[in-house]
Amino acid sequence: MLTADASQAASWRSLRQEVLAGDADFRAEKLHERAQATRRSILKMISDSGQGHIGGDFSVTDILTVLFDAVMNVDPEDHRKEDRDHFILSKGHCAAALYSTLAHSGFFPVAELDTFMAPLSALNGHPNRVKVPGVETNTGPLGHGLPVAVGTAIGAKLLGNGTRVFVVTGDGEMQEGSNWEALMCASHQKLDNLTLIVDRNRLQQGARTEETNGLDPLDARLAAFGMEVRVVDGHNYNELIEATRPSTTGSPVAVIANTIKGKGVSFIEDRVEWHHKVPSKEQTLQAFQELS
Amino acid sequence: MTTTTVQTDAPTFDNRQDFADELINLARANDRVVAVCNDSVGSSNLTKFREEFPDRLINVGIAEQNMVGVGAGLANAGFIPFVCAAGPFLTGRALEQIKADVAYSQHNVILCGMSPGMAYGELGPTHHSVEDFSWLRPLPGLDIVVPADGPQTRSALRNAVADPRPTYIRVGRFKVPQVSGDNAGLERGKFVVAREGTDVTLIATGTEVSRALWAAASLAAEGVSARVLNAAYLSPLDEDAIKDAARQTGGIITAEEANVAGGLGAAVASVVGQLEDGARVPMRILGLKDHFSPTGSTAFLLDHFGLSADHIVAAAREVLNRD
Repeated sequence: MLTADASQAASWRSLRQEVLAGDADFRAEKLHERAQATRRSILKMISDSGQGHIGGDFSVTDILTVLFDAVMNVDPEDHRKEDRDHFILSKGHCAAALYSTLAHSGFFPVAELDTFMAPLSALNGHPNRVKVPGVETNTGPLGHGLPVAVGTAIGAKLLGNGTRVFVVTGDGEMQEGSNWEALMCASHQKLDNLTLIVDRNRLQQGARTEETNGLDPLDARLAAFGMEVRVVDGHNYNELIEATRPSTTGSPVAVIANTIKGKGVSFIEDRVEWHHKVPSKEQTLQAFQELS
Repeated sequence: MTTTTVQTDAPTFDNRQDFADELINLARANDRVVAVCNDSVGSSNLTKFREEFPDRLINVGIAEQNMVGVGAGLANAGFIPFVCAAGPFLTGRALEQIKADVAYSQHNVILCGMSPGMAYGELGPTHHSVEDFSWLRPLPGLDIVVPADGPQTRSALRNAVADPRPTYIRVGRFKVPQVSGDNAGLERGKFVVAREGTDVTLIATGTEVSRALWAAASLAAEGVSARVLNAAYLSPLDEDAIKDAARQTGGIITAEEANVAGGLGAAVASVVGQLEDGARVPMRILGLKDHFSPTGSTAFLLDHFGLSADHIVAAAREVLNRD
C-alpha cells in the first residue's frame, strides 16, 4: 500500500480552503488550474508508459477535480477513516485520471505516477484498493462500481454518520444491466446520500453510444428508476459543484455530466479513435502546449 | 484415536437451521453483522433474522450481481455482510462480482451458497450448484468452507465473524446426520480427521462425509483400515493432510457433491501428483462428470453419480486391488 505525502496533503488542504472561500470566478479559475495540471500528469503517464485511456481520462478530469478539491470530506493521511465520504470510479480504465487526482491531493507521492503500468507498480491499468490509498474498490470490468457504491451508501445510512457516496460511471457503461439493478435498489432504499455522476461523453470504445446501443433519453430513464436527475456541463466547475449538492427529494441523485471525450486537446477531443490511442512524441508536445 | 461412527439410520438435519440460529446469535453480539439476500428470505432461513433486525437485512430482490456488489459496499463501509442466495445463482450469476468486488478487492464479504450441490433435486441442473468449487477455487484470497453438518456450519459462521475475510460457505439443505460434536470447531485451512486409518484414505466434503464414514465402517468389517478426512475447508487447502495420506496410506478416494473438473478431487490430485519425493498413490475421484443431472431427487442423484457409501467402498477396494 502506498502511503500519503504529508506536504502535498497540506498544500491540497490550503488550496481547498482557498477554493471554498473564493467566489465563483475564483473557484473556477483555481479548479481549472488544478484540472489542467492533472491532465498534464495523465498525458505524461500515458506517453511514458505507452498505454492508457486518454479520451475518457480527459473527459472525467474536471469531475474528479471538483469532487476532491471542492466537495468531498476525505483525508489523504487517514484514507480509510470510517466517517469519510466515499468515491468510486466505476470506469476503472480511467485509472490514470484517478491516480493523478489522488497524488495531487497527497494520497501518495506525485513521483509515484512515473511508475504507471511499470512492472510491479501499485499503479495498475485499473485501480486496486489493496495498493492505492483513496481507491475504495477494484474496478475495471464495467458495471461494478455502482452496486458497490449502493452497498456503501446503505452501510453509511446504517451507521448514521452522515457520510456521502459518490460514484462516477462512463456513459457506455450504463449499457451494463448490473447498473440498473443497482439503481432500482438505490431508489427503493431511498439512498439520499448517494450521488451517481455519469460521464456523458457520448463515445464508447468502438463508436458513439447512440450508434451502438443508445442511452437516450438517459435523463428520463434515470428519473424513471427513481433518481433525482440533474443535467450539467461536465466541464463547468461551478455547475458541477452545484450538481453535487445533497438530494432535495430524499431520492438518490444522478448527475448527467455532459462532457467531451479528450477534453482539452484539440486533436483528441470527441474522436472515437482516441479511446485508448497513445500520442506520438510530436502529439505529446502539442498536447502539453494546449494544456499549459 | 478418532473413530467417528454414524449409524446409517441416524437422524438427519437441514444445516440451514443451524445457520439461521447462529447468524442471529452473532448479530446479537456484533452490530456490524448484516445479511443481504436476493428475495431469498425464506429459502435462506432469514425470517427470524428479519424480525429481530429489520434494518440489518437488505433484500435487494432478484438481482444477484447487485447483491454481491452491495455486499462488497457494506464491507467497505465497515460491516460484516453475509450475502445469502441459492448457490447456483450466487456463484454463477455473480461470478465476476465475486472475483472483482470480493476476492480481488479483499472486501470481507461472507458469501453463503444456500442449498448447494444437488439439494434442489428435481428442479434440475439450472438449480444445482455443482460448479461452485471449480469456479471459486482459482480466486486468490477467497476461503471456501464446506461444513458437513450443523455444528460445523455454526463454526464456519463464527470463524467468519471472528476473523472476517472473503469467504464462501456452502450451507446445506439436503438433510445429513451429525458427524461432529455439538461444539465442533473448524480450523481455517484444516481438514478434520473424522476417523484414523492406515490402509486407505477417504477424503470427503459436505454431504459426502457421512457417506465416507459409512464406507469406512463397511471397510473395517472387511479388515480394511480407512482414514476419513472431512474436507471442511477447500481453500486454503490442507496440503499437509493430503501429503500424509499419500505417504501413510495405500490409496486416496475423494468424494464430493460437485463436478470433478476443478473440485476437491482435482485439488487433492494436484498435490499428490507433485509430491516432492515422487511418492505415488492410486486415486479415485468421485463426483459429477460427463453430463448434466437427469430428473431425480437429491438422494437418487447422489446414487446416480456414484456418490453412495457403496460406491466409495467399491472405489477403495479398487485402489487396494481387493476386488
